[in-house]
Amino acid sequence: MSTSHVATSQPATDGSPGRILRYTLTERVQHWLGAVFYVYCLITGLAFWSPYMFWLAVLVGGGPTARFWHPWFGLASTLSVGWMYKMWRGDLATTDEDRRWWKSINYYVANEDEELPPVGRFNFGQKLFFWLMFFGVILLLISGLGLWFVESIPWSLRWLRYLAVTVHVVAAMATIGAFIIHIYMSVFMEPESFQAMIHGDVPGAWARTYHRLWYEQITGNRSPRK
Amino acid sequence: MSQATLSVKRISGHAGPAPGDDVERDYQVCKLIDTTTCIGCKACEVACLEWNGYTFTETVFDNSYQTMPSTAWNYWNLIKFNEHEREDGSITLLMRKDQCMHCADPGCLAACPADGAIVQYTNGIVDFQQQNCIGCGYCVSGCPFDIPKFNPTTKKMFKCTLCVDRVSEGLEPACIKSCPTGCLHFGTKEDMTYLAEARAKQLREDFGIEKAGVYDPEGVGGTGVIYVLHDVTNPEAYGGLPKDPHIPWVVRFWKGPAKWIGNLAMLGGLLGVTLHYLRYGPKQADADHKNGDKP
Repeated sequence: MSTSHVATSQPATDGSPGRILRYTLTERVQHWLGAVFYVYCLITGLAFWSPYMFWLAVLVGGGPTARFWHPWFGLASTLSVGWMYKMWRGDLATTDEDRRWWKSINYYVANEDEELPPVGRFNFGQKLFFWLMFFGVILLLISGLGLWFVESIPWSLRWLRYLAVTVHVVAAMATIGAFIIHIYMSVFMEPESFQAMIHGDVPGAWARTYHRLWYEQITGNRSPRK
Repeated sequence: MSQATLSVKRISGHAGPAPGDDVERDYQVCKLIDTTTCIGCKACEVACLEWNGYTFTETVFDNSYQTMPSTAWNYWNLIKFNEHEREDGSITLLMRKDQCMHCADPGCLAACPADGAIVQYTNGIVDFQQQNCIGCGYCVSGCPFDIPKFNPTTKKMFKCTLCVDRVSEGLEPACIKSCPTGCLHFGTKEDMTYLAEARAKQLREDFGIEKAGVYDPEGVGGTGVIYVLHDVTNPEAYGGLPKDPHIPWVVRFWKGPAKWIGNLAMLGGLLGVTLHYLRYGPKQADADHKNGDKP
C-alpha cells in the first residue's frame, strides 16, 4: 500500500510539490460508511435521549422505525470501526514523536504548527480520536445489547440493566464530544483533510506541513528540518 | 388504550408540560388483594385473558402450580405460588396475584422516551398507549416490579391496564369480578386502605397472625394495587415482592440530572469549537499561502 501513496505528480507551477494520495478508495468508502452508521445512531439516539429532541426520530421515519434500526446501525458502526482498525492499526501506534507533539498541543490549538514536532500519517489527536471511537463503540455495542435484549437479563441480575443504561449514556456522550471535535477539525479547521476524505489526495505542501514524517516516508524526500 | 372519559395526570416523554396535566381531580382507584383468603384458583387469570382478548399459549411447567414463571405481554395477571417454611418448620403455600401495581410514581413513565406512550390518569391508572410506543424497553429498566413485557411481533410493550376500559365505564376490573372467595376488592384508594387495615387488624388481633399488615410501598408513592400479607415484614417470600421498591436511582439520574449534564456538555462542545474558530480560524498550510487561494 505504501507504494500507492504517490498519486499524480502534477507539474508544480508554483514550485510546490504535487499531490499525494492520502486515503485510498477503500479507506474513503469505509470512512463514509462508518460516518453514515454513526450519524444515524447519533440522530436516533438523541431522539431517545430527550423529549426535546424526539422530533429527530421523525426525520428518519418516526419513533418505532428509529427504534428498530438504531441497534442494527449500531452493530454496523462497530463492524465498520473494526474494519478501520484493521486498515489503520499500523499507523495508530503511539510514537515518541506523538509524545513530544502532545506536550506541544497548545501550539496546535493556537495554529502555530511550525512550533510542533513533525508527525507521521496521523497526529496524536487523530489517534486519540480513533481510540475513543474504537473503545466507545465497543462499550456502546456491549451495553446496547443489554438495552436491546433487556428482558433477557434476569430480574436477579437487574443491576446489569442499570449498568447498561449508564454505560450506553456515558459512552455515547464521550463519542459525541469526540465527534464534534472531529467534524470541526476536518471540515472547518483543516478543510484540506475533508477534501482528502472525499477525493483521496492532498497537496504535497499540506502533507509536508502537517504530517512531515509521513510525507518524507512516502516521497523519499528528506527536506531539511527547521 | 386511550380513554377519552378519563383526564390525564402525567404522560411520558413529553417536551414541556403534558396537555391536560392534572387539571381535574378524581377518585384514586385501587385494587385490594387479600393474600390470606386467596385459594389460587386462577379465575382472575382466566378473566383477565378473556376480557382482554388473549388466549392461553404454551407455557413452562416447573413443578409448581404457577401457570408460567412470570407475567407475559399477553398474560398480565399471574398467581405466584411460593412454598414457604414457617418458623415452626411447617410448610405453607403463599399465593399472590401478580400484576402491574399502578404506582403513584411510575418508573415506567419516568423512563419512557416516547411522547405519550405511557399515561397516568387522575384516577391513578397507569396505562400504555401502544400507538405511541416505540418498543425501546426503557420501561423494563424503570419498573421496580418487572412488569412491562415486549411483544416481539408488534414490537410494543404491554401490561395490565387495570381494566381502564371497564373502570372508565363504571365497572370493576375483570379479575375482581371473577374472584370466588372475595379476596379481591376494588374501590377508591381511601376505602381499600381502610378495608385492608381493618383486615390486617383482624388477622393480628383475632387470628394471632402478628406480622399481618398492608403492603402499599411508600418508595413509589403508594400503589394502585395493595396487598394484605400474613407477614408484611417479608414481602419477598410472596414471589419476589420487593420490600422497599423505588424507581432505580440510575433511572432517576438518567432522566434527571444526566439530561442537563449531557445537554450542557454537548452545547459546551459546540460553543467551544465555534469560539475556537472565531479566535484562531482555519489552519493555513504553506502551499495555501503560496497559491494565494486563501488569505
